[in-house]
Amino acid sequence: MNADVVIIGSGISGASIAYNLALRGLKNIVVIDKSYPTSGSTGRCGAGVRQQWGTKGNCIMAKHSIEFFETAQKTLDYHEDIEFKQEGYLILATTIEEEKEFAENILLQNSLNIPARQLTKEEALAIVPHLNPDAFISATFCPTDGHLNPFKMTDAYYQAAKKQGVLFRFFEEVTAIERYNGKIQAVITQCDRYDTSVVVNAAGGFAREIAEMVGVDLPVYPENHEILVTEPVAKMQGPMVMSFSKNIYCQQVPHGSFLMGRTTPGQPSNHDIGSSWQFLDEMAKTVCDILPKIGELRVIRQWGGSYAVSPDHQPIISSVKQQAGFYLACGFSGHGFMFAPMTGILLSEIMLDLPPTLDVSEYDLDRFTQNQKIVKEKSVV
Amino acid sequence: MNKKDIILCRCEDVSLADVERLLHEGYHTYEEIKRQLRVGMGPCQGQICGDLIRREIARYLKENIESIPTHKTRPLTIGVKIKSIKDGADHER
Repeated sequence: MNADVVIIGSGISGASIAYNLALRGLKNIVVIDKSYPTSGSTGRCGAGVRQQWGTKGNCIMAKHSIEFFETAQKTLDYHEDIEFKQEGYLILATTIEEEKEFAENILLQNSLNIPARQLTKEEALAIVPHLNPDAFISATFCPTDGHLNPFKMTDAYYQAAKKQGVLFRFFEEVTAIERYNGKIQAVITQCDRYDTSVVVNAAGGFAREIAEMVGVDLPVYPENHEILVTEPVAKMQGPMVMSFSKNIYCQQVPHGSFLMGRTTPGQPSNHDIGSSWQFLDEMAKTVCDILPKIGELRVIRQWGGSYAVSPDHQPIISSVKQQAGFYLACGFSGHGFMFAPMTGILLSEIMLDLPPTLDVSEYDLDRFTQNQKIVKEKSVV
Repeated sequence: MNKKDIILCRCEDVSLADVERLLHEGYHTYEEIKRQLRVGMGPCQGQICGDLIRREIARYLKENIESIPTHKTRPLTIGVKIKSIKDGADHER
């Protein structure tokens, strides 16, 4: 069959791009996924949305995306609750160095109109009383950060895109991208052929393999990051509590469960998304240190998912100079879910040659090839 | 009996009517239904609803239940207090 554009990946990035392309008048859009929507990184993420970052690129993506989430249910005319909650992110500083770094981050964030501020230990304890006061020295807080249900949010984009005429093909794996004289001719799956000259790579942890199909060496490396969830309990914690130095994020979602995750140091880059007892042990120790009361809750499930990590931990939303018709929305480094509204808007503007909502040079693939000094995002777990 | 009163998932209080609605909307695997309705995400981890929902999928698709994939099982097998895990880990050293 013919397609004006084929999007590979129906996680939230692919769904958002499809919706935004259709909204801007593009017809004949096909989204292909080797499994079902949210079966990859989107459905495995920590479901937090925050604006407190250390690089300008991430701050701007996050701020604009949160503004979209605030009215997303209405904008996308979605029939269910997307479970958006804005009760903030409380980020703990545990060392003087970290406190200094956070002070700089707050200056950057405030310059971009992100309403984050530094808090004393006492102020932080007033917001989350069950914090261990000996586990941190101060904190930063942004009240408009929060939580959103990844399954519902992606479904909202998926339903809205379908209404605009986008065709979704699930349980179909892309096996090749055909080219002739340097131009993209078709996307081949195990059961069909899609004649097209435009392909979007939104394949998350598999973005590198998709790029290889057109001979592009993409610096995006998948890494397993693990999470656990507890039994649901009555509401006891408003904000996400996070610490980069202690390597933890922990939030109670509206349903009542606590979701928490951390990075297992020294993870090799591969497609493993298994669960380990090492994670469980370290997660338990970390959360009992920072939020001792949470230790009384029962873990009911753990899982893993891929962070598709780029060299600077910022996304790649870009055309590709060496391959006409090939576009990238990948390398989100664990934060593709919360940036998805802007991913869809920015990439559709790039593809349709429309004036950009934001300066997109921050997210261009060329930043890794021009021998520029890479400014790496440090505010990550 | 009213399908709204037939409970398939006790943890999340999901009825047969809820599941049939999603089947009609095109969600045809347990994993897809799970992500919309939270079936299998509660304390029993799908031990009650797993086969019940597979049976409904099979019935809807007019296939044998054997051909409907089972839900993904994950650790832990049973709910364990986080503090017990920490104490266990501390004890190992």
